[in-house]
Amino acid sequence: MEAKIGTRNIKSMIFKGIIVFFAFLITLPLIVILLYIIKQGITQVNWHFLTNVPAPPGEKGGGIVNALTGSFIMVLMASIVAVPVGILAGIYLSENPRTKLAYYSGLCVDILQGVPSIVVGIVVYFWVVKPLGGFSAIAGSIALAIMMLPIIIRSTEQTLKLLPDSLKEAALSLGVPYHRVILKVIVPCGFAGILSGITLSIARIIGETAPLLFTALGNNFFSLKITGQMESLPHVIFTYATSPYDDWHDLAWGASFILLMFVLTLNIVTKLLTRKWKIQL
Amino acid sequence: MSVLLLLIILGVLTTLIMESMPSIKSLGIGYLWGKVWDPVQNIYGAYPFLIGTLLTSFIALIISVPFSFAIAIYLGEYNPKGWLSDLLKNTVELIAAVPSIIYGFWGLFVLVPLVRTLEMKLNILPYGVGVFTASIVLAVMIIPYGASLGITLIRMVPSPLKEGAYALGATRWEVIRSVIMPYTRSGLFAGVLLSLGRALGETMAVTMLIGNTTALASVFKDVIFGPGNTMASVIANEFAEADHTLYVSALIELGLVLFFVTVVINLIGKRIITRFTNN
Amino acid sequence: MENTIVKAENYNSYFGDNHVVKDVNISINKNEVIAVMGPSGCGKTTFLRGINRMHELIPGATSKGKILLDGENVYDMNAIYVRAKIGMVFQRPNPFPNLSIYENVIAGYLLNGIKVSKADKDVIVERSLTSAALWKEVKDSLHKKGTFLSGGQQQRLCIARAIAMQPELILFDEPTSALDPISTSSVEALFHELKANYTLIIVTHNMQQAARVSDRTAFFYMGELVEFDDTKQMFTNPADQRTQNYITGRFS
Repeated sequence: MEAKIGTRNIKSMIFKGIIVFFAFLITLPLIVILLYIIKQGITQVNWHFLTNVPAPPGEKGGGIVNALTGSFIMVLMASIVAVPVGILAGIYLSENPRTKLAYYSGLCVDILQGVPSIVVGIVVYFWVVKPLGGFSAIAGSIALAIMMLPIIIRSTEQTLKLLPDSLKEAALSLGVPYHRVILKVIVPCGFAGILSGITLSIARIIGETAPLLFTALGNNFFSLKITGQMESLPHVIFTYATSPYDDWHDLAWGASFILLMFVLTLNIVTKLLTRKWKIQL
Repeated sequence: MSVLLLLIILGVLTTLIMESMPSIKSLGIGYLWGKVWDPVQNIYGAYPFLIGTLLTSFIALIISVPFSFAIAIYLGEYNPKGWLSDLLKNTVELIAAVPSIIYGFWGLFVLVPLVRTLEMKLNILPYGVGVFTASIVLAVMIIPYGASLGITLIRMVPSPLKEGAYALGATRWEVIRSVIMPYTRSGLFAGVLLSLGRALGETMAVTMLIGNTTALASVFKDVIFGPGNTMASVIANEFAEADHTLYVSALIELGLVLFFVTVVINLIGKRIITRFTNN
Repeated sequence: MENTIVKAENYNSYFGDNHVVKDVNISINKNEVIAVMGPSGCGKTTFLRGINRMHELIPGATSKGKILLDGENVYDMNAIYVRAKIGMVFQRPNPFPNLSIYENVIAGYLLNGIKVSKADKDVIVERSLTSAALWKEVKDSLHKKGTFLSGGQQQRLCIARAIAMQPELILFDEPTSALDPISTSSVEALFHELKANYTLIIVTHNMQQAARVSDRTAFFYMGELVEFDDTKQMFTNPADQRTQNYITGRFS
């Protein structure tokens, strides 16, 4: 009996060892990737890099200002569409959880979350690029907005569902009409949670390349025209990483470094927001 | 606004079906197992890409499952709180946050040479790029999906159940094996399904690493280690240059298949989880 | 009677097919403190929420009959107007976490978009907090968030919020059930002072509380109003056997 307990305990320890090993082994690739990108990228980044367009192959210098402004414009336009729509849909889902419409739109959110980004790219190509007769930043923004929607909707819905009913009752009992209760009480109380959904969705789409391939495509030159082709950070990385020139690879490393910093910052902001919000309740 | 969601999904579906109509009509069901994809001759068979997609996804899944389960068990059961678990949790979240394009870029310049060296040692044609390389990167990318769901599920195991087993003198490992695992089995399976859904649709990293050949190798080891193509990577590579109706339409039909498969897998996964959390 | 403020006539409430308040007739006078007691699930809270039309907010909830407020049926009036006119305090203190103490008191004005000058606001806030016996404790921290207060203070803040709208009638739904004994006594003490200016209807499952604070008590059982009488009378010499059973603790 005693001996058996001994072996069982040893078995348990061995198992724990295996679990700990596998669980922490995963930090290795992340650290390797992060360090590599930082090492390769940080030397590229300087004022010149941030304020110039890419140089032709063989020429020294060049930067990614067109990709920076392009990403910024497209993410901004995507947010202008996706944020209000997403919040409203999220409010609807949390306020009317039992209606048929809510059931089917919930289903749609689930589907949308699973749709591969490349498929979104093709579809927006037929919706926008073909009718307008060419690749455009507008098309890119619409594709990105569609990718943002499910994240904003779900986080809004979940945030609002966590708010106690008593809050709504308190406002209603003061004779406040329903729409004002939502606008002035429910949304402000869940504000940090909703905001964290928005930052998270931006963090997700800022690195999306596939939906931009057939929509905004890219542009070697600086352009602010939203009806024309526009460069973006992920697309500049894709084009230059798969090119045969070393100078261009360096440019892509620099762009990767910048993109990574954006994504990390947005994730940290999201984290701080959710933490703040949890304490508040 | 919710109606807009319905419209988006219906719109996506009708667009995909409408635009792949020419290909569905002229190629029929044989499209799915046609082994040749040759746009110049106007012959389109999706079989090599179906195989490529399934292979990369399943290899990635096999590699990732031990990791995501280990993370789920460690953070769900062994060490749910404290700085060490926070560190690991943040790491997992960061892995999910890094854009696909960066994984692809890194893989192309770091992993590909490594795999090439390995292939030379194993006496295989040293392509470097290929199904195997893509699967490794894909595995890293999908670990967070299975892991984060697993953590939530394992924490939901009611402690009276676990305490009952401990009180009978069970060791930690025995509790995990005979209480936690059976209790969370369906949920963990759903986590694997959702990771699979991610893997099937992943585009950029795979496109950069898989080598992009349209022909299916005849020798099995070349299928694994040699270059291949997935549905998503073919679309990414060829859609912009597709120059006639049938070619475009055949690519969109790939998108349609991809859409259906990922949607079905996701909905099944979500359904299982909803049922699990409601119990 | 001229003195009547609230009168229920054949009032019924339902949750779907579930008949939870049955044919209630009651008449409540101005400046009275009424306790409504009964075992859980007897319909007392549902009845209370019927008075200011909060009941109908729950999906599937309906009602029949009349509730007359100053002689006018609330079910013929605009629900929003009814709720603004009648104050309500809930089981758990529920100050708005995004508003300061000051803003919480005038929340009824803020959220309804009623414009009030700064000076008037100051007057309302001070008067309401004073009436709710909270002014002295919070006058130096009016711009802190309401959620920093203790449970009893939060509940008195919610009372101040109700008073600020200058209602004639305030409904209390088990207002002390989430509070500790000290906070409870601070809220109970307040009831005596509020009586001078307001009519209070207090739902409670605590018989001692009903006996301590009310002038008259209504006893609900299985959705029916069994007995409505002078509090002292009811506790010393109940007319109905079921009331007798309840106050002697034979069921709860």
